[in-house]
Amino acid sequence: MTSLTVRNLTKSFGALKVTDDVSLEFVPGEIHAIIGPNGAGKTTLISQLSGQLRSDSGTVLVGERDVTRLPMSDRVKLGLARSFQITSVLPGFTALENVALAVQARNGSSFRFFRTVSDEAALNDAALVALREAGLDHRADITARSLSHGEHRRLELAIALATEPTILLLDEPLAGVGGEDAEAFVANLQKLKGRFTIVLIEHDMDAVFALADRVSVLVYGRIIATGTPEAVRSDPEVRAAYLGDEAGEVV
Amino acid sequence: MSDATAAPVSTARRPLAGRLKAALVLFAIFALMPPLAAVLNDPFYVLIGTRILAYAIAAMALDLILGYGAMVSFGHAAYLGFGAYAVAILSRHGVNDLILQILFAAGISAAFAFVTGAISLRTKGVYFIMITLAFGQMAFFFFISLSAYGGDDGVALAQRSTVLGMDLLKSDFGQYYVTLALLVGLFLLCHRIVGSRFGRVLTGIRENPTRMEAIGFSPFRYQLTAFIISGCITSVAGVVLANQAQFVSPAFMSWHRSGELIVMVVLGGVGTLAGPIAGAVAALMLEEWLGALSKHWKLFFGVFLVLMVLFSPRGITGLLEQLGLARKRQ
Repeated sequence: MTSLTVRNLTKSFGALKVTDDVSLEFVPGEIHAIIGPNGAGKTTLISQLSGQLRSDSGTVLVGERDVTRLPMSDRVKLGLARSFQITSVLPGFTALENVALAVQARNGSSFRFFRTVSDEAALNDAALVALREAGLDHRADITARSLSHGEHRRLELAIALATEPTILLLDEPLAGVGGEDAEAFVANLQKLKGRFTIVLIEHDMDAVFALADRVSVLVYGRIIATGTPEAVRSDPEVRAAYLGDEAGEVV
Repeated sequence: MSDATAAPVSTARRPLAGRLKAALVLFAIFALMPPLAAVLNDPFYVLIGTRILAYAIAAMALDLILGYGAMVSFGHAAYLGFGAYAVAILSRHGVNDLILQILFAAGISAAFAFVTGAISLRTKGVYFIMITLAFGQMAFFFFISLSAYGGDDGVALAQRSTVLGMDLLKSDFGQYYVTLALLVGLFLLCHRIVGSRFGRVLTGIRENPTRMEAIGFSPFRYQLTAFIISGCITSVAGVVLANQAQFVSPAFMSWHRSGELIVMVVLGGVGTLAGPIAGAVAALMLEEWLGALSKHWKLFFGVFLVLMVLFSPRGITGLLEQLGLARKRQ
C-alpha cells in the first residue's frame, strides 16, 4: 500500500478549466470516494492521476516518487492501476487471456517469441486468482465480447487487480450495474478494502456511503469538501451544490 | 494473494490448432504439385509454383503485421526488392550461397525497417499507409538510380544460388522444394511468434492500445519489433523471386507489388497466417488463368475482388467457415 498525493493539479481544455487547482492526500489503505455532478471533471482527474492525460501544472506523487511526467504504462509498473468508466477490454480475448496479459506485464519479459503463452501455468493461475477476486472465475474461458455488461465491469476490476497494484483508481466500477448485481459487486469491493489505497469515483450513493472512509466532492473542477461520509453529507455547501434537498432526505 | 487454490484452467479455445491444420493441408497439396505437373507433362507449372510459394511467404509476413498488429504497410514490396538485389549484388561479387544471401537481405531489411518503422509508427491509420508507401517509393527510386546494377533496366543473373556448395536450385524441381521448405520453416516461425508472449502483446495492441498502456505495455517497441521481423521474412521471398526469374529489376519493388501483397492478405483472410498463403495462390492463379483468357484480365479480377469483399469479408478463411470447413471465430 502506498499513499497518493496530488498537489495543485490543473487541466484546461481551451478556455474550460476541467481540473482547477486540486490538492488531495489519499492515505494508504483508505477508500476515498470522489463524487460530483456530471461534467464535474471526475474522469479527467482519474486520467491525470493514471497518466492517460498530461496535466497542465501541479504534481502527482506515488509514495515519495514524482510521477507527473511519466506515461500511463510506466505508472502502472509503480503500482498505480486504473479501471475505465466505459469498459475497455480486449474484445477478442477470453476473460482469462485479458487478465493473463495484465499478469504478464508484471511478470518477466514480453520479448519471448517461441514458447506458447497459453500454456504458461504461472500466468493462467495468477489470472484466475484475480478473476476469482472480482467474482468472474466461472466465466474465465468466455470471450470478452460475449460477456454481459455486469461481467465487463468485473473484468475491468480483475485486470486492474492483476497488475499487482498498490493504488487502485476505479472509475465508476458500478456504472450501469443495478439491483442485486450491484450489491454483490459492492461486497466484492468491500473485501478489497485495506489491501489497496482505493480512489473510487461512483454515482451510486449507496455504494459510496457503504464503502468510503472519506469522500471528496468535486464541482466544476474544484474540490469543495473533503471528509467522512457523514460530515460531507451534512455539509451545507455540498447539499446546495450537489446532493440537493430531496437527495438529502433520501440519504 | 490469499486464496491461491487455482484449479487447472481448461483452455477450451484453440485457434492455434485450426491454423496449423489448415497450413498443413496447404503444404501437403504444395508438395504433391510437382509430381502432378510431371504426369501432366507441364513442367512450366513448377516454375509458376515457385513464384506462388515466394509470394505466399511475403503475404504471410505481411499478415504478421497487418493481421496481428493492425499495421497496414503499403511499402512491403521494398523488402522483396532488398531480397532480390541481395542476390544480384552478392552474386556479382562471387557470393552465390543462398544462406549468405538471405542473411544479407535480412540485415538490410532489418536496418530499413528499423529506421522507416520508427518514423512511420508515429502515425496511425491512413497516415501510416501513406508514409510506408512513401518509404517504399524511396527504395524503388534508389534502385532505379543505382546504375552499377542496371538501374531501370535491371540486371540478369548468371546462375542460381547454391546451398552450402550444392546446386539444389539448379533444377526447377529442386528450386521449388527449397522454396517450399523455406515457406514451411517460416510459417512455423510465424506460428510460434503469434502464439507467444510477444504475439499476445501484439494482438492485444491491435484490439485495444489504450487498455494495453493501462496495464503497462507501451505499444511502440512491440509494433516496431514486429515490423522488423515482417520485413526480414518478406526479403526471403525476394531472394527466391530473383532466383526464379534469374533477373532482378526495380519492378520488384513498385507500389503495385505492395498493393498486390495487401490484396493477397485480404483475399486469404487477415490475421490467420494460413489464409494469406491461400490468398497468394488464389491471386496468382487467377492472374494466370484470366491473363490467358483476356488481356483485360484485371477488370475481371477486380469484379472478383469486389464480390469477395462483399460476400466474404474475411476472405477465403471466412468462406471456408461459412461452408463449415473451418471453425468459426467466436
